[in-house]
Amino acid sequence: MSVESLFPRLEALLPKVQKPIQYVGGELNSTVKDWDEATVRWALMYPDAYEVGLPNQGVQILYEILNELPETMAERTYAVWPDLEALMRSEGVPQFTVDAHRPVRAFDVLGVSFSTELGYTNLLTALDLAGIPLDAVDRTDDDPIVLAGGHAAFNPEPIADFLDAAVLGDGEQIAIAISEVIREWKGEGAPGGRDELLMRLASTGGVYVPKFYDVEYHPDGRIKRVVPNRSGVPSRVFKHTVMDLDEWPYPKKPLVPLAETVHERFSVEIFRGCTRGCRFCQAGMITRPVRERSITTIGDMVEAGLKESGFSEVGLLSLSSADHSEIGEVAKGLADRYEGTQTGLSLPSTRVDAFNIDLANEFSRNGRRSGLTFAPEGGSERMRKVINKMVTEEDLIRTVTTAYSQGWRQVKLYFMCGLPTEEDIDVLGIADLAKKVIKAGREATGSRDVRCTVSIGGFVPKPHTPFQWAAQCDHETVDRRLRELRNALRGDKEYGKAIGYRYHDGKPSIVEGLLSRGDRRVGSVIRAVWEDGGRFDGWSEHFSYERWMTAAERVFSGGAVDVDWYTTREREEHEVLPWDHLDAGLDREWLWQDWQDAVSDVEVEDCRWTPCYDCGVCPTMGTEIQIGPTGKKLLPLTVV
Amino acid sequence: MVQRLRVRYAKRGRLRFTSHRDISRAVERAVRRAGIPVAFSAGFSPHPKISYAGAAPTGVASEAEYLEIGVSRPCDPDRIRADLDVSLPPGLDVLEVIEARAGSLADRLEASVWQLRLPGADVAAAEQAVKEFEAADRVEVERLTKKGMRRFDARQAVRSMAVMDDRERTAGQEPGPPCVILRMVVRHETPAVRPDDVLMGLRLVAGFAPPSPPEVTRLAQGPLDATTGEPADPFDVERADGDL
Ligand code: B12
Ligand code: SF4
Repeated sequence: MSVESLFPRLEALLPKVQKPIQYVGGELNSTVKDWDEATVRWALMYPDAYEVGLPNQGVQILYEILNELPETMAERTYAVWPDLEALMRSEGVPQFTVDAHRPVRAFDVLGVSFSTELGYTNLLTALDLAGIPLDAVDRTDDDPIVLAGGHAAFNPEPIADFLDAAVLGDGEQIAIAISEVIREWKGEGAPGGRDELLMRLASTGGVYVPKFYDVEYHPDGRIKRVVPNRSGVPSRVFKHTVMDLDEWPYPKKPLVPLAETVHERFSVEIFRGCTRGCRFCQAGMITRPVRERSITTIGDMVEAGLKESGFSEVGLLSLSSADHSEIGEVAKGLADRYEGTQTGLSLPSTRVDAFNIDLANEFSRNGRRSGLTFAPEGGSERMRKVINKMVTEEDLIRTVTTAYSQGWRQVKLYFMCGLPTEEDIDVLGIADLAKKVIKAGREATGSRDVRCTVSIGGFVPKPHTPFQWAAQCDHETVDRRLRELRNALRGDKEYGKAIGYRYHDGKPSIVEGLLSRGDRRVGSVIRAVWEDGGRFDGWSEHFSYERWMTAAERVFSGGAVDVDWYTTREREEHEVLPWDHLDAGLDREWLWQDWQDAVSDVEVEDCRWTPCYDCGVCPTMGTEIQIGPTGKKLLPLTVV
Repeated sequence: MVQRLRVRYAKRGRLRFTSHRDISRAVERAVRRAGIPVAFSAGFSPHPKISYAGAAPTGVASEAEYLEIGVSRPCDPDRIRADLDVSLPPGLDVLEVIEARAGSLADRLEASVWQLRLPGADVAAAEQAVKEFEAADRVEVERLTKKGMRRFDARQAVRSMAVMDDRERTAGQEPGPPCVILRMVVRHETPAVRPDDVLMGLRLVAGFAPPSPPEVTRLAQGPLDATTGEPADPFDVERADGDL
């Protein structure tokens, strides 16, 4: 059965929508395979607008890997904006892929990448537009397997009703393995329908099928236990870890969009994982251990990627890029190679303690010396101990002073508000810090032309972190502290004008908190919000706190739980958490101990450079730390 | 910069939905991929010397778009045409590259030939509307611009306009559903009068309203030839005999 392109029908709608180019596909390096020659067909979705979703590395990597398999094909689909959604509904055009404009429902797998929980309502829009029943249990053999991946999939419980399956961790190998299971099952004539397929996937131990698990509750609302409801289903599902990044040098051929996107550059992951151990950071906890890509592979990937794409900027991506054991050589090697070619280099996340000015100079050598970003996260020394972000005030002042004296004029500082044990004074400490930064900058440069921007967001406790037990701060307190901080900054005659202040109000964090640590009962809230028109919750112009609260009140009324129960309630040690059966390798006792250490201001070191402190990941997952230095250098390119 | 290259390219099919900014990003990347030695402006944030002349609006296809690239080494225009064409996505097609002579390219682009396909529209109604439009002295239309709603005359810029029945053109076959083709020569003025402004004018003067959005293509642009009333090839200057 061949599948027809929806493009002619879509094309008639495009003159009526904003930025139609985002829906037409045809990106450089995109792939359209013959439908009938493939056995296993994936539609990969990033559940946000094209401009955010297209640059996503996770999707690009899986897209390329799957399309390299002979009998497998992958196309991409993104969330459509409400203007097109309305037209698609009235004209009966279903959710489509941008590659060949095929209907999403015709694929075998709809793989959705969740880097944030705020994409959940967009998943429902896509399913509904595709004609796929929202509830997994209502789907038939004609519907694709709806599979979630990405960081938010480490607690997929709030969307468990809508998912057939979820995968934790790195996707490269498991996506291939899933394709293989589907190919075999189809080859046998698809025995037993989708349930048998799901069973085969679940029995590998690496794919979580929510409907094969029952959740039982205590009368007070807490979870009693989560147990498989049929034999052959493992009681725990484990995350996946790619062990040799040099063997997986993707993306090789980055997608180059015609439409403007949030990230206009070629990004190379220089390592995965991070063991700095910042206690709020889910990404750091769930991606352990650190696995570096070697300097030579990085160099080769940059060279090939630039040639394939024509991008003029390279991003060296990771959770803490300055921590790569050969970052200096990488930066210098690349800056030398591309000297005079107008190719910029950028480093997304820099830690104050890993920063050094030579490195920053290399990064700005072929480009602009625009701004530097640091994330001390906590405003006071005590707060930084609680979150294990080991940066002293002296470190910070010294670092920014050097930056100012080397010609940078603008420094951005990132903080969080609402951290565990936080008091007003911890947040007000940010104002003092910012003033000291400007003072030091003026002294170092002898000029008043130095600026600093304080950017502050609400803290949301995340699953699989030491703060998974913590009470989230209520939004009234967060908003009050943010206001006081603003007054402290603005009111200052000497420094106020030199300090910019960017903040978000506390309400969205409460919704994020509900979704992050929610269980299956939260699914009905998501659905109610969606039915009420909730879309694009990551966009402030679309997000409505009131809509979420009204829906939650309706859904939870008369029950044992409510929004506060999920967010501002502290959990005790032995409470069964919704994600306890999903294993990121972290030892629960170690996490609890780290939580206890946090509230007593005790810090923990980085296991890359100090002895293993038994977080549990490496023995559980059979992994090890992989870091350099390799001692190799990048050779100059021969100019043709 | 040692040489300026003038490029005529087409914007076809689904790529007609690219905006002017989309095209400039695509061209910059294609230039890098093709290894064209583009010159850069001096200064704090150098940018490639590529300039665009009067780009067709988003959603409008074109057979005659123009841009100019400054290069830092002398290049063979034919080779640049081929290299740039393979480096651009299909649908942005490089048709001709020529070494620039004196004068500004943008100044030569005085008028455009537009073709509007109007599927489902009635030929007789279209002819009547064109007649009434041409008989009018001024036809005030409105368009939402960045500065808010603007009113301007759409009549004076239209040099000529003709109606064709698309069905007659497929000889020997069953006539398809009705489809009108409007061909018009429009002078470039400020504010620019675009094909949809003219369509709105037709609706205002004669109530002519095609049932579905028009498919618009720019067929040509260039200096307006007083005798033919049509735009001439803007590269005629470059093509003329004599030393560069
Ligand atoms: C680049 C980047 C951005 C960019 C680009 C985002 C994009 N479209 O890709 C921008 C600046 C736009 C951005 C924005 C945001 N980001 Co960001 N971002 C990153 C960064 C630095 C890299 C992401 C990346 O490409 N990783 C590499 C890829 C390969 O990993 P991956 O996507 O997880 O995919 C792998 C697996 O997860 C899996 N997988 C993924 N999807 C799927 C699907 C299936 C079906 C399967 C089987 C497997 C699978 O396979 C992939 C390959 O192994 C990370 C930090 C980091 N190093 O991860 C933060 C990070 C992901 N961002 C983060 C956050 C919080 C945000 C924002 C919410 C910030 C904000 N408050 O606005 C927004 C959200 C934007 C949005 N709506 O999606 C957090 C996520 C928080 C968490 N989980 O704890 C991170 C981890 C940073 C951090 N340390 O806190 N971000
Ligand atoms: S198990 Fe040990 S070595 Fe591995 S990440 Fe945890 S602390 Fe580090």
